[in-house]
Amino acid sequence: MSARIAAALFMSHVPAIGVASDLGKTEEPYWKPLFDGMQPARDWIAANPPDVVILVYNDHGNAFSLQMIPTFALGMAPFYEPADEGWGPRPVPTVEGHPALSAHIAQSVIPAGFDLTLVNEMTVDHGLTVPLTMMFDKPDAWPCKVVPLAVNVVQHPTPSGRRCLELGKALRTAVETFDDDIIVQIWGTGGMSHQLQGARAGLINAEFDNRFMDDMINDPEVLAEVPPVEYLREAGSEGIELVMWLIARGSMSDLAGGGSPGEVHRLYHVPASNTAVGQLVLENGTVTA
Amino acid sequence: MAIEKPYLDIPGTIVFDADQARLGYHLNQFAMSLMNADNRKRFKADEDAYLDEWGMTHEQKQAVVDRDFNRLLALGGNIYFLAKIGATDGLSYVQIVSSMTENDADQHAAMMIAGGRSVDGNRYLHEWEDRP
Repeated sequence: MSARIAAALFMSHVPAIGVASDLGKTEEPYWKPLFDGMQPARDWIAANPPDVVILVYNDHGNAFSLQMIPTFALGMAPFYEPADEGWGPRPVPTVEGHPALSAHIAQSVIPAGFDLTLVNEMTVDHGLTVPLTMMFDKPDAWPCKVVPLAVNVVQHPTPSGRRCLELGKALRTAVETFDDDIIVQIWGTGGMSHQLQGARAGLINAEFDNRFMDDMINDPEVLAEVPPVEYLREAGSEGIELVMWLIARGSMSDLAGGGSPGEVHRLYHVPASNTAVGQLVLENGTVTA
Repeated sequence: MAIEKPYLDIPGTIVFDADQARLGYHLNQFAMSLMNADNRKRFKADEDAYLDEWGMTHEQKQAVVDRDFNRLLALGGNIYFLAKIGATDGLSYVQIVSSMTENDADQHAAMMIAGGRSVDGNRYLHEWEDRP
């Protein structure tokens, strides 16, 4: 037996969602519709628990300064502590890694042409911990291990959508050649439309976001050709984070001859603080021989 | 041959590329230093003295003192790093973000609840030519 990818998940990682959870504000009128909207995803994952999540996210100037800017940074560590982002670390559990799977991924993906930076020690910021909160609420310990994959979407040029989709395909090969009978999910996080800077701050583009989710489900090969400037113009300067969803999508089996993905859950909500929130759960289709 | 930058004609937006990062390296590293509580204390006690420890331009230092975030973006700042200056002042993201726009924090929050700023009329520089 080997490891298999059961599903790909996609979601925003807005820090304010983490704050709302940490401060117990989820029943307040501002937050209740969003948290109620995420409940089906939480119910689904309770019934379909992963052993390991490969969590694609970006650091926001917390674990990494501008001293070094790795385009793709893979966490190799047994543990990752939540970062202090200036307001104190989030009161959430330490994230447990899976060093053996990390090492296997490095040994599979780098020879395949993706020059990952390997990181043995790092903290993880809201980009990684907020999705865990969105899916698992407030447990004493996270119920799965996590392999962090941090993508530079802060300093341009960022990797292209095509590069991200292709990296996802390489990750699928890596997971499926790992000789351990474990269930893996790949999560692509960030977005959706938002702009945190300049006179255009506050931009939301619901039409772009919903079309992006449609294409993410049905037409990822076309979506991968969308140039970075279109994300910046249409989805706001921080909307570029959405390219990270393509890494998770690239890992799905339909792009390697398998069946079409099954849509389990889809949510779109505006706003969380300055940002549009999207959440999508896609199960891998069964292979039709 | 110059690198093409098609994102330069997006209004009200400064894309943080490698050239901006070059201008703003010390500014952003200064802001990053404010993740440390002792550094926040020293900065608040004497802003000028603390800023002088960093290889920043006079303009950058003045823009920090003025908390002029749009100016700081133009001078090479990145919003995720600049936000740490706002955090040191006890500001929320909505307060920091709204300070760069025509709205105050309450107006900005209301705009977001109403669905945010529309992209229509906000895609290209030429669409902003008639703005006051």
